[in-house]
Amino acid sequence: MAAIVRFVNRSSYSSAMGQQFLTFSSAAKAGVRANSVLPEKVKIVEVGPRDGLQNEKTLVPTETKINLIDLLSESGLPVIEATSFVSPKWVPQMADQVEVMKGICRKPGVSYPVLTPNLKGFQTALKAGASEVAIFGAASELFSKKNINCSVEESLQRFDEVMKAAKEAGVPVRGYVSCVLGCPYEGTVSPEKVAHVAKRLYSMGCYEISLGDTIGVGTPGSMTQMLAAVTKEVPVSALAVHCHDTYGQALANIFVALQMGISVVDSSVAGLGGCPYAQGASGNVATEDVVYMLHGLGIQTGVDLTKLMTAGAFICRSLNRKSNSKVAQAICKL
Amino acid sequence: MGTVPTSLKHCLSHEQLIQDYPWLTRWLQEEKTITGHEYPEFVKIVEVGPRDGLQNEKEIVPTEMKIQLIDMLSQTGLPVIEATSFVSSKWVPQMADHSDVLRGIQRAPHVQYPVLTPNMQGFQDAVAAGATEVAVFGSASETFSKKNINCSINESMLRFEEVVNMAKKRHIPVRGYVSCALGCPHEGHIEPSKVAEVAKRLYEMGCCEISLGDTIGVGTPGSMFQMLQTVMKEVPTKALAVHCHDTYGQALPNILTALQMGVCVVDSAVAGLGGCPYAQGSSGNVSTEDVLYMLHGMGIETGVNLAKVIEAGEFICSTLCRKTNSKVAQARGRTL
Repeated sequence: MAAIVRFVNRSSYSSAMGQQFLTFSSAAKAGVRANSVLPEKVKIVEVGPRDGLQNEKTLVPTETKINLIDLLSESGLPVIEATSFVSPKWVPQMADQVEVMKGICRKPGVSYPVLTPNLKGFQTALKAGASEVAIFGAASELFSKKNINCSVEESLQRFDEVMKAAKEAGVPVRGYVSCVLGCPYEGTVSPEKVAHVAKRLYSMGCYEISLGDTIGVGTPGSMTQMLAAVTKEVPVSALAVHCHDTYGQALANIFVALQMGISVVDSSVAGLGGCPYAQGASGNVATEDVVYMLHGLGIQTGVDLTKLMTAGAFICRSLNRKSNSKVAQAICKL
Repeated sequence: MGTVPTSLKHCLSHEQLIQDYPWLTRWLQEEKTITGHEYPEFVKIVEVGPRDGLQNEKEIVPTEMKIQLIDMLSQTGLPVIEATSFVSSKWVPQMADHSDVLRGIQRAPHVQYPVLTPNMQGFQDAVAAGATEVAVFGSASETFSKKNINCSINESMLRFEEVVNMAKKRHIPVRGYVSCALGCPHEGHIEPSKVAEVAKRLYEMGCCEISLGDTIGVGTPGSMFQMLQTVMKEVPTKALAVHCHDTYGQALPNILTALQMGVCVVDSAVAGLGGCPYAQGSSGNVSTEDVLYMLHGMGIETGVNLAKVIEAGEFICSTLCRKTNSKVAQARGRTL
């Protein structure tokens, strides 16, 4: 869907204040509402059990992870990223990947994708019962090298093997692009680079591309510029946004993404998962806060906020930490 | 304009504002359009940390520290810094030193230092202490008005009219606040038409700017849009400001919605000072740092130096022995 241009009657400029201040009263009168360009439904992809826990210092027992996922399954979330089939040497938190996959109660109609960085991870995931997988590219060369020890192009070639195997097994694949609004090493990342990587993943066969603001530096300005570039190459219906709240910008960024036609949003219960690049700062945006905003906009998610908060309270107790969700903090203290 | 105070000149005349901030003209030639949404080129930040922020902090801050905070904020480029409140110290002990604060601060040129004046007594004390701009605080909720200031909305308006009339005689501009614009802790939902009615009353009595406050932070872009759409039928957009609380994390998207609708004045508090008295332990005011980060990231000018605001925030947080509520300040303090 092309960027939507909203027509504003220029005769409504206020002469006393000069041309930089536009009055939108004419737009309102013409019946153009801000939320008339918003999706009716948004799919929330819950990444707490994987992306969230992966970035928590405390190692969570397998049973607790399973309980968390089961609680999330009851909240109406349509997608819950369960675990990651990376080597436990790199990500000790995900060492119990197979037990978690086998231990959860899969709710009908809910997807439980898992990360599979390579063919070996994919094969192990398949054996453990995975029916959807995800692969992780980057829009920054330096980040790719530091994170997975190869260039962006090399990582995409590695994923080719996974894609082929997934196609043969009839398993859908979600593609992630990290550093879409900035890189901790390179700084600015060009929207064209993001579009290039997103297009590659989409052409390879990923059904959905999640665009991640890995260090949370993006603002509505950079988000819209990036999406404008990416939507030229990938249909907006196949795009998701994965915003980090490290600079408090996540909800504003998600809001403009919705205005540009995005209808899939990644988030993490209780805002689990700090930022490895800004010690002590927050990472993932809290699912509760996203759901609160979407419901306030009249957008359906299928999620029961109360049940979601129960899951959040559970994992925070287990981790012995405060929730990063402002909604949870406010509602629990009224 | 002779002896008319700078603050009033800015309030009345956009041309005067440009004269005093000539660098603004660079951004006045083109609209700023980001993919179909038009945003103001310049947003005026009204810093409410020293008043609204500190008023809601439990720790009583020594006068000297308040003065130092305001002086640090005066060096950041913030055009408006709400300095204190001339309410009875019986009700708001934090603001008991209002006269000392107002007299003690070093006023930077081109910066306004409004103070709250809930009634004639407060107004007179404020003027005696050197106030050149004042603010009055109405509510869109009857219950909130009764519980907060012990009178109905109508009674409060009559009280404010006295203040505004006296202020007019002295050429002192008055800002009007409307609290509970997106919800009330007692009544729940508040009709946008009620907000519009109160905003209109304040505007017509002579308030030059009306700040619409989401007092308990329950608003979302949906309710913000509906409320503003209704208020804008009664009060010119250029006279409106939004005062968003971040109790439910919604402040920035709400502010963004307001900007998309043409509002170009935003209230915020350094370090997100000021909790929410209705949700113990939760946050209140949106952080100035986080607002600035968003605006600057969108290419919107504010005239404010973010690094200096972060410094002022660090100062007041160490004085209060508490962590900042600003995510930007938290992140900046700890990057690789």
